[in-house]
Amino acid sequence: MQIRIEHRPSPLWLRTLIPAIAILSTFLLTSILALLVNVNPLEAGYYFVIKPLSGRTSALEVLVKMTPLALTGVAVAFAFAGGYFNIGAEGQLYAGATAATAAGLHLHGVTPWLALPIMLAAGFVAGMAWALVPALLKVRLGIDEVVTTLLLNYVAIFGVSALLNGPWRNPVSQWPQSPDIAATAIFPRLVPRSRLHFGFLVALAVLILFWFVMRWTAFGLRMRAVGLSATAADFAGIPVPRTLLTCALVSGGIAGLAGVSEIAGIHYHLIDAISPGYGYTGIIVATLGQLSAGGIALAAFFLALIDTGAQTVSRVLGVPVYLGDVIQATLLLTTLAALLLQRYRIRVLHATSRSAEGDA
Amino acid sequence: METRSYPYAIEMRGIVKRFGPTLAGDHVDLAVRKGDVHALLGENGAGKSTLMRILYGLYHADSGEILVDGRPAVIRSPKDAIAHGIGMVTQHFALASPLTVTENIILGRTPNFRIDMDAAHAQVQAAAGRYGLEINPRAVIGDLAVGQRQRVEILKALYREARVLILDEPTAVLTPQETHQLFTELRRLQQQGLSVIFISHKLHEVMAITNRITVLRHGRVAGNVETRGTDERALAQMMVGRVTRPAVKPPAVEEGDPMLRIADLHAADAKGVPALQGVNLTVRAGEIVGLAGVSGNGQSELAHILSGTGEAGRGAVRVGEKEITHADARAVMAAGVGRIPEDRHAGVVGDLSVEQNLVLEHLDDFRRGGMLDHKRIRSHARALIDAYQIKAAPGDRIRTLSGGNMQKVILARVLERAPAVIIVAQPTRGLDIGATEYVRRKLVEQRSRGAAILLISEDLDEIMELSDRIAVIYEGRIMGELTGAEATTERLGLLMSGVAHAALGAEA
Repeated sequence: MQIRIEHRPSPLWLRTLIPAIAILSTFLLTSILALLVNVNPLEAGYYFVIKPLSGRTSALEVLVKMTPLALTGVAVAFAFAGGYFNIGAEGQLYAGATAATAAGLHLHGVTPWLALPIMLAAGFVAGMAWALVPALLKVRLGIDEVVTTLLLNYVAIFGVSALLNGPWRNPVSQWPQSPDIAATAIFPRLVPRSRLHFGFLVALAVLILFWFVMRWTAFGLRMRAVGLSATAADFAGIPVPRTLLTCALVSGGIAGLAGVSEIAGIHYHLIDAISPGYGYTGIIVATLGQLSAGGIALAAFFLALIDTGAQTVSRVLGVPVYLGDVIQATLLLTTLAALLLQRYRIRVLHATSRSAEGDA
Repeated sequence: METRSYPYAIEMRGIVKRFGPTLAGDHVDLAVRKGDVHALLGENGAGKSTLMRILYGLYHADSGEILVDGRPAVIRSPKDAIAHGIGMVTQHFALASPLTVTENIILGRTPNFRIDMDAAHAQVQAAAGRYGLEINPRAVIGDLAVGQRQRVEILKALYREARVLILDEPTAVLTPQETHQLFTELRRLQQQGLSVIFISHKLHEVMAITNRITVLRHGRVAGNVETRGTDERALAQMMVGRVTRPAVKPPAVEEGDPMLRIADLHAADAKGVPALQGVNLTVRAGEIVGLAGVSGNGQSELAHILSGTGEAGRGAVRVGEKEITHADARAVMAAGVGRIPEDRHAGVVGDLSVEQNLVLEHLDDFRRGGMLDHKRIRSHARALIDAYQIKAAPGDRIRTLSGGNMQKVILARVLERAPAVIIVAQPTRGLDIGATEYVRRKLVEQRSRGAAILLISEDLDEIMELSDRIAVIYEGRIMGELTGAEATTERLGLLMSGVAHAALGAEA
């Protein structure tokens, strides 16, 4: 008998099953970890994905956590769809957060109708600016954007740290955190007695806009053509460099909005741990969501659920909170594996069939 | 070469090979007599290459058996195949171009750590003499012409004691003169007892060089005949399964206006080496001008520039009165040029659908109120699928289409806009006979409509069948122009190998 792996084109129904397959295998794999610390995997699973949704407060908290993930998810997806591999959403988020803080500090007494758009615009522009140099290097000189955008993340993070330990150090507490932004620049709460804020609506709007651009605009189709085959797009008369540049900048801008949302919706001041890696998780979200708006919304929701659940699980079952991170990482790996393996199938050959290779 | 009483050098029995849902080999039998040149004839995709890859150990059959000299052979890799005396020369030569002929031939077969180069040269020289292959062992591969490189590949196989030589479409890269030379050499080798499996889809070559012919169609054996007992028509019918019809070209209308004018055009290839060195060419309305030439003589660069995807140097290209020398693809299309690219996979986005690919070049025409008009995109696709007999649904990813259908999509996209000038490169490369006939008929139709067509092709038969005038390109220059009536394979061949028009005239 012989086992052989063969190439085959993937049927469409399989693509839609991929998230389910990935989630199931993630559950099975992480069950091993749960068993190692003597926890019933089913019980852990309950606390991870069901419990958070059963109470009003924790369910709204899931949406709070989903907000930055949906934004960075769209940011990454927008770039990836155009074939621009922006790994720099994290740095662009920090740039957006910094600009929003800078704006918010000077918006005392300005009506929120003006203050909020200014905050959003500041963050968007800052995110674009942070994305500009790698994008130009890519388009003009062909320098790989994966490396440059990734490295600029560290520049942004340490830049913020320097800012907070220098000029922006809180004058009252002396902590490395900026003063609070103006009250009028703060995102309003959507639901009383919860942390759910206006940023969630921004995320929804961005998701809808993303869907609209991809489905209904000529630019969206051109962008996908560039992402799928730059040669063919060029042949069809699509301006490839300009399209890539647009993708990169819009992607950076959206990541900047995630920074604005965290400042104006959650913290009200800049801290150096403004993001626990939302920019990187955005890559997972975009990949899990297969670059579609609906998929990204679902993936962001699911990862937010796991994040929230991790707190509960650790409190109730005494499991380290890092199990949540392990699950997210495993989910990315199983999704990538499923995406790859859908193109292959396994065949078992039996020795009984007469074979030209004479194997037996 | 030892000849035992057993008559067959190679027997393949009941070979089955499946790729997903397609049967590339369906119980194929092939028996090659010792000392025969045996043709494996069939259209692209008939399963010729698959069968030979199985014989050479590159693929593994799902079932069936292989006998070498009457004994069952287990061939799991090319190494096993070589050990059984089987050699293969593919279209893409496996030669290291910075190394010499000798180095390439002894590569991987050096017994000691140190190499005695002089002895090796002598050995290779002796082998070349023994087999009647004219080669300088000290020549660097990169300096050799394609025909010579092929000779090195053949010598390499023989040096490894091949008694059966598989040649995969060996003439595809050769000029007619080089082909002639190859046939002479093959006949000599045949007399020394070598068996050759000659893969081809060119009927006249098969008739000229082989003793026996196995015809494959859709992975099955469609015929197995002695060459002397058959003719081209019968073979074509076996290949296609029906009677073939060549494109009928109506006589030329009166001379049209010059539509495409190329004047003293220069360009460099990707490495910066001059690829076009002063090309002059005019194509008039209502005529097809064929550009013949051996692959790599500047055709690709010319096609790219005319398509708006290349980088032109000095010189000028005009369409009507508009200059498009340095125009991008969009401007070239706006000037009225329709483009059918040599690599059709580079002309469509494989993961987009048929309907999307059909509108990709003119998206702005398919918008309503700033938004894409999906309804019209769909009906546009349906109409073209109908008109061009494309076997696909509008929503199918174009990657899943056969080469013929993919080419029809490109044709439809270009021709429905009735362009004044059509640049078409290698339009039927890799297509089956049915699709080839269709594409050629469409080009002739366009000519009757009054389009000026530049047909760039490495297929001489195609050029001669379709062209009103034929220009030959060699090392980035037009070597000469012949009218369709003047053109013969010999004359074109001389021009293609760089012999100037004057010499041709003197000889004719």
